[in-house]
Amino acid sequence: MQRIVVVGGGTAGTILANNLARRLHRELQGARVSITLLSASPRHMYQPGLLYVAFGKMAVSDLYVDEDTLLSPGIDFYVDPVEIFDLDHNEVKAKSGTTYGYDYLVICTGSRPALTLVPGLSESAHHIYTEEATVKTREALKDFPGGRIAIVTGVPHKCPMVSLELTFLMYDYFKEREMLDKVSFTYTYPIGRVHSIENVAKWATPEFDRMGVKYETFFNVKEVDGVKRQVHSEEGTVLDYDLLITIPPHKGMEVIEQNKLGSSGWIPTHRTTLAMEGRQNVFVLGDTTNLPISKAGSTAHYEADILGENLASKVTEGVAMRSYEGKVFCFIEAGFDRATYAAFDYKTPPNPRPPTRAIHWFKLAYNKLYWNSVRGLL
Amino acid sequence: MSDVKIVDARGSFCPGPLMELIAALKDASVGEELEVLSTDKGSTDDIPEWIKKVGHTLLSNFEEHGVYHLRIRKAK
Repeated sequence: MQRIVVVGGGTAGTILANNLARRLHRELQGARVSITLLSASPRHMYQPGLLYVAFGKMAVSDLYVDEDTLLSPGIDFYVDPVEIFDLDHNEVKAKSGTTYGYDYLVICTGSRPALTLVPGLSESAHHIYTEEATVKTREALKDFPGGRIAIVTGVPHKCPMVSLELTFLMYDYFKEREMLDKVSFTYTYPIGRVHSIENVAKWATPEFDRMGVKYETFFNVKEVDGVKRQVHSEEGTVLDYDLLITIPPHKGMEVIEQNKLGSSGWIPTHRTTLAMEGRQNVFVLGDTTNLPISKAGSTAHYEADILGENLASKVTEGVAMRSYEGKVFCFIEAGFDRATYAAFDYKTPPNPRPPTRAIHWFKLAYNKLYWNSVRGLL
Repeated sequence: MSDVKIVDARGSFCPGPLMELIAALKDASVGEELEVLSTDKGSTDDIPEWIKKVGHTLLSNFEEHGVYHLRIRKAK
C-alpha cells in the first residue's frame, strides 16, 4: 500500500487531500493507497475573513468550519500535530505518540505572525493575523478618538495585498463615521514604492494622494518605542503614531524550525516540482515553502492542484507530468464597496484594472464559495 | 572562501527580489555574503539604492544570460 501523509489542515492540505481522494478513489477503495491528514486543529479557518472581522463586516464564528466536514470520505483525518519529522526513515511522530510512516509526505504547515522579531512591536501594535489580534484591532478602531494612524509593513508576510486593503478599509471606516478630519494616515513600505508589485503600486499611489494618505517608502521597521509612540526604521527615520497597525514579519511554524527543515521555518522547495530540496518523496505547499512568490491562499490552492495531479500519477503510473508555474491570484479590496485583483505567474507580471463594485461583490461571494473550493467542488 | 547564500528571486513579481533580499538578510550573520538572482531589471537599481541607505556593502552587480546577479555583504 502506498501511504500519503499530509501535514497541515489549512488551505493547501485540505485541497490536496480532497484532490487525491477524488483522483485515487479506486485505489483507496482497494486499500492500495492511504491518505492521512494530520492537523493541529479540528477547525479550518478562512484566514481572509480576519480582515473583515476587524471592520465588523464578518463575525468571528464565520471564520471557522469543522475540518472533518470539508474532507472526502476515504481520508484518514487526525487532530494530532506532528512534532518530529524523521525524513531519513520516512516517518513523522505526532503529539499522541503515534508514528505515521509514509511513502509520500507533504508538508503544508503554513506561517505565523512573528511580532517578537521587532523589539516593541508586539507590545504596541495591532494586527489582523489571528482571531485574538483582529478582535483587539476591531475594538481599538471603535474606541479610537482620532489622531495619527500608522500602517507599518514588515518582511516577509502572508497576504501581500493586506497592507493596502487595511489602509483603504480604514479610510472608508472613518469616512463612514465622519471622522476623516480627525485622523491622519501614514503608510510605510519596505521597498521604494508602496507595493511589491509595480503595477499595483502605480495604481495605489495616486489613490493615496487623492485620499490624503501619507506614505514613506524604504521603511523597514527596526524597533517600536511604545512610550514615546515612535516607530524607528533601519533606514534611520522615525514615525510618530497614536494608533499603530502592523503587517508584521512572519515565520514558518516552530515545528519546522525545531526539526531544522528550514531557516525561519521556510523549507527550501523546488519552484516547479514543489519537492523539498534534496528529497524525492517529500513535498511542500503554501506558505511553508521558501519560494519567492506570494504567501497567499491562491498560491496554496494552485500548488495543491498541481501536486495532487502529480502524486496521483506517480501512484498510478509512476510519473509526474505537471509543473507549478508560479500562478497566484489576489483580490484587492479598495474600499467598502470596490475591489480589483492581481493575477500573475513566474513569467507574466500582474496588471490590475481599476477597482469595480462587481469585483468586490465577487470577493464577498468567494468568502462563502471558499468552503466549496476547499472541498474540491469548484 | 565562505559559502555565498543564493537568494533565487527569478520570476518573482511579488514579493520581488528586494523584499526577498531584505527577508534573507534577517537570517544572515554580519559578514555573510548573499547573491540575489533576478529577472527584473529594476532590481539592479532598487537593490543598490536600498543597500546604500541601510549601510550594507554591494560587492557586484552584473547580468548574465538574462539573469541579474547582485552580490551583497551584510555589514551590520
